[in-house]
Amino acid sequence: MSGTIFFAQLLNGLQFGVLLFLLAAGLTLVFGIMSFVNLAHGSLYMMGAYFAATVFGYTGSFTLAVLGAMLGSLILGLFLEVVAVSKLYRRDHLDHVLATFGLILFFNELVRIIWGSQPLFLGVPESLSGAVDINGFTYPAYRFAIIFSGLVVAIGSYFLINKTRVGMLIRAGSVNPRMVGALGVNIGLLNAMLFGIGAMLAGFAGAIAGPILSVQSGMGEPVLITTLVVIVIGGIGSVSGAFYASLIVGIADTLGRAFLPFLLRQVTERSLADAAGPALASMLIYLLMAVVLAWRPQGLFPANR
Amino acid sequence: MKKLISRPSTWVPLLVLACLASVPFFAQMTGQMFYVSFFARIIIYAIAACALNVALGYGGLISFGHALFLGLGAYAVGLSSYYDVGNGWVHLLVCIGTCALVALVTGVVSLRTTGIAFIMITLAFAQMGYFLFVSLKIYGGDDGLPISSASKFGTFSLGSAANIYIIAFLVLVLFLWWFAKLRVAPFGMALRGARQNARRVKASGVPVFNVQLLAYVVSGVACGIAGFLLANLNAFASPNNLSWIVSGELIVILVIGGIGSVFGPLLGAIVFLGLEEVLKLYTEHWMVIFGPLIVLVAILGKRGIVGVLQRFDKPVDRYTAEGEKL
Repeated sequence: MSGTIFFAQLLNGLQFGVLLFLLAAGLTLVFGIMSFVNLAHGSLYMMGAYFAATVFGYTGSFTLAVLGAMLGSLILGLFLEVVAVSKLYRRDHLDHVLATFGLILFFNELVRIIWGSQPLFLGVPESLSGAVDINGFTYPAYRFAIIFSGLVVAIGSYFLINKTRVGMLIRAGSVNPRMVGALGVNIGLLNAMLFGIGAMLAGFAGAIAGPILSVQSGMGEPVLITTLVVIVIGGIGSVSGAFYASLIVGIADTLGRAFLPFLLRQVTERSLADAAGPALASMLIYLLMAVVLAWRPQGLFPANR
Repeated sequence: MKKLISRPSTWVPLLVLACLASVPFFAQMTGQMFYVSFFARIIIYAIAACALNVALGYGGLISFGHALFLGLGAYAVGLSSYYDVGNGWVHLLVCIGTCALVALVTGVVSLRTTGIAFIMITLAFAQMGYFLFVSLKIYGGDDGLPISSASKFGTFSLGSAANIYIIAFLVLVLFLWWFAKLRVAPFGMALRGARQNARRVKASGVPVFNVQLLAYVVSGVACGIAGFLLANLNAFASPNNLSWIVSGELIVILVIGGIGSVFGPLLGAIVFLGLEEVLKLYTEHWMVIFGPLIVLVAILGKRGIVGVLQRFDKPVDRYTAEGEKL
């Protein structure tokens, strides 16, 4: 009994971790290469979910919804890059924080104007609505699909970064963007493309998270802040670090919430455990981050510089 | 006097302060007591921004978690009055003690990092505080903690908006004066030097880490005092006081006003909260206008209102001017 619950929670953690990776991959590259602090990444995630819900509402097709979300957030990301973000790369982090904070306020209010403040509905696709049965252990097929698609993106980004010419430029750009520019590479275009891909992945994450979370204004910020934790733990600018850290944070957070109050009850009296358990569980990942930063300020898996 | 008139960046803020001092009398005459609590809120945010200015403006420490101290200050009042302690001095002591301790501990950890990581770790500490108070159900959790008895200093109670206004105004003037002194004191000089080039300042024998840590603690405690006043004004302590949005708003206030300047926080708070109130008159979706304005401020540069005022200043004769006017 306890074993199956543990296994199910482990899978939930994995699924959360994979979702975090989709956001963290784009964000860490933008951090690492343009050294741009993009707090509005969560807004792109939210916009992706809204695009998906809208397309789903019109067509009823989940595939089209996901494609629409990716396309929409790609275009939005490129637009933001050209209009605002590209003007800020050379500024200090304070301006980045300020500008993207303004964007968050804007997008949260914009969706309230366009779609209203009621949460939107995004259905699970028909073919994935069932549950998978492994030796009597059942788990929703859709959540398996999330884990699977996240792993596909992880492997894909590994190949993109390590085996292709574009990936080579990205890696070179993360070490010394000016030198890459001096060698005749259009670094502005590369930056815009990276920002766009990051936005697209965020939109994709929003679309596939839509059916299991509620699509509403402000849905981007909690996940954004968790993603920032992931990036700092993983080492800023490192995609593989972001991958490991996503899984660590996803699993630690999920297991902590599920079992920490229960575990505390074994060692302290019940009333104290009931008060401290949830508090400690929701602080767990931030504690983890503080410990990591205090111990290794460059993160657990820093990018090779 | 003539010297003062030639410097709008000094006399405009002083004029604003004088106007703020007259608000209670004006409200009394017109019977519009709403303005007292509205301007009290502005003053309290100005105090918090002044506090942030010490860390962010003088020290270049981009703290994205100052809401933590605002919230701790608010809960110092909330929790004390929850346990039937009405003595304001006790509230203040709890507030200062907690904020100093938390700032010291988080500062020691945070200051090991720089750049993006510093922004993130201060945010993380503030989030820890936020989730701590959200999940403490006995103290109201999500819903916050109503404060039944305000802080009492002898017979003087912070129960009425007018009383809070007086105290908040005095605290603001005190902080403006103190932080202006601090800015040009050896401590402030070392702090501002470290913002520009920490390594060089360290090489000249200044213990940079200690200076920055002390600045962070002073900043945290001062921000806690703003929280202490805010809790009395709202008669409420809420986890929302610790929300990261509040941290962001404080940064916006500081940047609008003019980062690192003495009067920037005050002018920024007036413009920020004033604009919010004006936009709210026209549309409930005021953030749709406000958000892009913030982006614009970020893109156009960050010398703020004080920077604009300084353009009208007559250049100072460096050989006769007293003190430094950099």
